[in-house]
Amino acid sequence: MLGFVNILLGGIAYGFVLFLMAGGLSITLGLMGFANMAHAALAMVGGYTAALLIGKAGWPFLAAVVMAGLTAALTGAILERTLFRRLYQASELEQVLLTIGVVYAAIAAATYLVGPEQMAIAVPAWLDGNLRIGPVDLNRYRLFLIVTGLVLLVSLVGLIEHTTFGAKIRAAVFNRRMTASCGIDVDKLYALAFALGSALAGIGGALSVKLLGLDPNFPIKFLTELLIVVSVGGLGSLRGTFLAAMLFGIIDVVGKYLLPEIGAFIIYATALALLTVRPQGLVGRPR
Amino acid sequence: MIARIVIVAAAMFAACISARADDRPLKIGWLMSYTGPGAAAGAASDAAIEVFFKTFGKSVAGRKIEIIRRDTTGPAPDVARRLAQELIVGEKVDFLAGMDYTPNTMAVAPLSTSAKVPLLIVNSATSGILAKHPFAVRFGFTTTEMAQQLATYASKQQFKSVYTFVHEYEPGLDAEAMFIREFKAAGGAIAGSVRAPLKATDFSAYIQRIKDANPDAVFVFMAAGELPPIFLRQFKEAGLDPAKIIGIGDITDESSLPAAGDAALGVVTAFHYTQTHESVANSEFARTYKSIAPDRPLNFMPVVAYDVLKAIYQVVEAQKGELNPDRTMELLKQTKFESPRGPISIDPATRDIVQTVYFRKVEKRDGQIVNVEFASTPDVKDPGSAR
Repeated sequence: MLGFVNILLGGIAYGFVLFLMAGGLSITLGLMGFANMAHAALAMVGGYTAALLIGKAGWPFLAAVVMAGLTAALTGAILERTLFRRLYQASELEQVLLTIGVVYAAIAAATYLVGPEQMAIAVPAWLDGNLRIGPVDLNRYRLFLIVTGLVLLVSLVGLIEHTTFGAKIRAAVFNRRMTASCGIDVDKLYALAFALGSALAGIGGALSVKLLGLDPNFPIKFLTELLIVVSVGGLGSLRGTFLAAMLFGIIDVVGKYLLPEIGAFIIYATALALLTVRPQGLVGRPR
Repeated sequence: MIARIVIVAAAMFAACISARADDRPLKIGWLMSYTGPGAAAGAASDAAIEVFFKTFGKSVAGRKIEIIRRDTTGPAPDVARRLAQELIVGEKVDFLAGMDYTPNTMAVAPLSTSAKVPLLIVNSATSGILAKHPFAVRFGFTTTEMAQQLATYASKQQFKSVYTFVHEYEPGLDAEAMFIREFKAAGGAIAGSVRAPLKATDFSAYIQRIKDANPDAVFVFMAAGELPPIFLRQFKEAGLDPAKIIGIGDITDESSLPAAGDAALGVVTAFHYTQTHESVANSEFARTYKSIAPDRPLNFMPVVAYDVLKAIYQVVEAQKGELNPDRTMELLKQTKFESPRGPISIDPATRDIVQTVYFRKVEKRDGQIVNVEFASTPDVKDPGSAR
């Protein structure tokens, strides 16, 4: 029984890792409708920034994570201004081709600049080890991920659904020309939203390194999972992304625990079944 | 004008002369992954080539050594096969060498057989892949020989029950089957077995199963690379003692050991090479390697690559540069020298490596996390597959 509680907690923590990385994708792919395969590459930028700042420059952990978000935001903004912006009106296939090209360029760049080896990240003592509450051993770092994930979820939902900025983005996605004719600078708005999505990718990447590791193939390894989470959650819905991340985190870990022989396959089967029944995703509106 | 013609003619003449000196270079087709998940191995093997040139020079028996590198891009048998074909037909290579992943080796070996081009294998740890290919020689190791050694070790340690955890692919299944067979034969009990897909990055579910079974020890084999440190960290985070792990050396391979950090302390592994191995050959190799690639971790990969080049060097020298494939194979079967890993030779019957297997424990020395040898078994051969 206690083992099962631990497994459940492990699943929830894994779900939060998925949410931290997929949250930004939910904005660029889900909300803005841009088929952004390069999202995990921006997460890698964040991961390397944090790992190098902590390892080589001796930065404190939290400052390095914030800097990882800023660096990824800047990288995302530069890519958006120079490349992606031209393809907002293009077909999804063209967007996929361009962004997947960016992924391969990022893998080659990381191999060249940092080397192909696995990168370690050091966390401060207060995040290391276990916290014992009654009979349950809780890993401090996983708890930290859960708290950070919740804070991000609440602030993002607030930002998108309850501020003018969020209302403008939603309006621009719904009808770009109409929004522009209301005097809103859609171009600038998109750049900001993309930078926000990239910042989240960077933070998610930096926080996931301890659990998932980091090497130049990072963007390819997690792309499928992130796309599944965003599409099953429902395009354009942060709540949906969160629900899907929790669902897959828990299903993946519990499935591997109970049925290790087929455990790794279960999340794909679930995704297939869910998308067959609800093509618009858990929370999404039919398009 | 005339002066210019004279200069051009002189330059052409000089080019002819130098071309004559190189008219029969010794061509070695070098197949490794330089991109993709195994890129670290490719980069390490390049450093080994440099160490070799620095130690032995760039020519042997009057023939200039030319290494033609090709990138197999990871476990990609179709790519490896195409590249090997180009090397044999287009470049007319004298040797094929390198080879990291077993599937790549399986795709290249039939070509080496039909073209009679000796194939010197650096890694590819699956048992029994040489039998059908008389021109293939392996210098690495097999997971079965390590698993057999660890089963003996586990029973000597009086472990009653052991849980097995392996990566789900050929070398992993080989290792699991051999460990279970040998440990049961020695009177031990298997507390349970679980296999993880190569793609999995979260191991908490498997670790919880291990925790539920509460075994005396856990036998672990995972492909070297980015995943073992993640597994080791999650193992410790789950409140389990790393000292319970007995595994094949890939899991504490020196290139990923720093990423595991303290979570690896106490892990016992069996392997063919240890960075801290105490011998003159190893310290000389390590010194040259550090001078060439100061930032690159020194692990088994460059050592085996270096041994492969040394074996080629010896057989070319023995034939005074005039190579005959059958004679080359005869000589390769007699290979025997002191490698940085310890004494090695080739078993003439199987063309597989015969070497010392070391038992090592992960310790902290001068602030560095390293493997430290504490026991060894000499002259270990591949025991074949237990499946």
